Amino acid sequence: MIQLSSTHILYLIEAARWTVLLSLIAFAGGALVGLPLALMRVSRSKLLRGLASVYIQIVQGTPLLIVLFLSYFGLGILGYKLDPLVAAGISFTIYAAAFLGEIWRGCIEAVPKTQWEASDCLGLNPVQQYAYVILPQAVRIATPPTVGFMVQIVKNTSLASVIGFVELARAGQIVNNSTFEPFVIFAVVGAIYFAICYPLSVASRHLERKANAGR
Amino acid sequence: MSYKFDFEFLAERWPDFVAGAWLTIQLTVASIALGFLVGTVCALARVYGGPVLRRIVGVYVEAIRNTPLLIQIFIVYFGLSSLGLKLSAEVSAIVALTVNMGAYTTEIMRAGIQSIQRTQLEAADCLGLTRLQTILHVVLLPAMERVYPALSSQFVLLMLASSITSQISAEELTATANLVQSDTYRSFEVYVIVAVVYLALSALYRFALWAIGLVLFERRRRLGTPL
Repeated sequence: MIQLSSTHILYLIEAARWTVLLSLIAFAGGALVGLPLALMRVSRSKLLRGLASVYIQIVQGTPLLIVLFLSYFGLGILGYKLDPLVAAGISFTIYAAAFLGEIWRGCIEAVPKTQWEASDCLGLNPVQQYAYVILPQAVRIATPPTVGFMVQIVKNTSLASVIGFVELARAGQIVNNSTFEPFVIFAVVGAIYFAICYPLSVASRHLERKANAGR
Repeated sequence: MSYKFDFEFLAERWPDFVAGAWLTIQLTVASIALGFLVGTVCALARVYGGPVLRRIVGVYVEAIRNTPLLIQIFIVYFGLSSLGLKLSAEVSAIVALTVNMGAYTTEIMRAGIQSIQRTQLEAADCLGLTRLQTILHVVLLPAMERVYPALSSQFVLLMLASSITSQISAEELTATANLVQSDTYRSFEVYVIVAVVYLALSALYRFALWAIGLVLFERRRRLGTPL
């Protein structure tokens, strides 16, 4: 049995970089797909609203773990090499888009109706309305919950370990397999996650207080 | 695409899926009930407790909400057993899910309890209610009614998150899927089926929580409006 040493801790911290990278991929992908989803949810077309709603209902009603397995094995079926990073990236995009889409829909709807009417009166077309009037205001409302959701993303990247992607949680398992001191190791792994997530939680709360200061 | 879907294994293995889903229901109902209890007590401690108690609850909530459930499960199952406290996979799963649920419930219920106005407590005092009666009837039930939608979503999310306990070989729905796919090599089909079962379970939980809400909150039942 190998003694737990500082090398192991360093290895864990290096693995945490993959957790951060995966979180960034998830957030970028989620934002890219989530924004159109949010706009579809508030669209005038019943069909677009329905499609976005069905997508969100399905993803929010399925465990992320199953989404991961489906994309991992689904890629295999389509004849691609089973690359854990690609499968994880796809799954987290699917997952984050559903939640961000729903969060952002609420934020767009929270912009007062009079803003729509006023911009209508000024003769702006729908694209201009969104770009210059609605979205800039929605972004301010959306920032605190979005930062809060990033904590969920960081924590959920730990699930990528089950399809063999070596990020922080998987690295913890690997170290544990050689040293067999699970309590200490997973406590350290938890502490590293905490070090990433806690600042985000605090920032989210701070932003929320600031946003409500005027009210 | 030359892949042929094959669901034939279902004819033989469907009882496994039923058993897995049943264990998922048992695990999650137990942890939801226990976690709600823990969370409500912690929320009361956070609002009405002394500074030390408030601090302890605060640390608990932040520690749990900022670390992944997977790591919490590993600490309970592998960590505690290495310290000499051996729990079975199912018990570990319930303990980890309860601790997790408790932290989220604390935050939600705290918001509810803080939304109860002081005047309500003063009125309860004037009516001569005991402290326990005040907390039960004037604080907790109305607080719960206010945050019931948030609570319900958190309960459904916990049910979905229980899939993570498959990683410590609690034989619930996801673990069953892992087992069947390794026997049949029909991985994609197996996970499609399990995804559908989880969707059905989510719908079932939502319906059950809605019905419980109707029973619990008279206003909702009589007027059909939330608080």
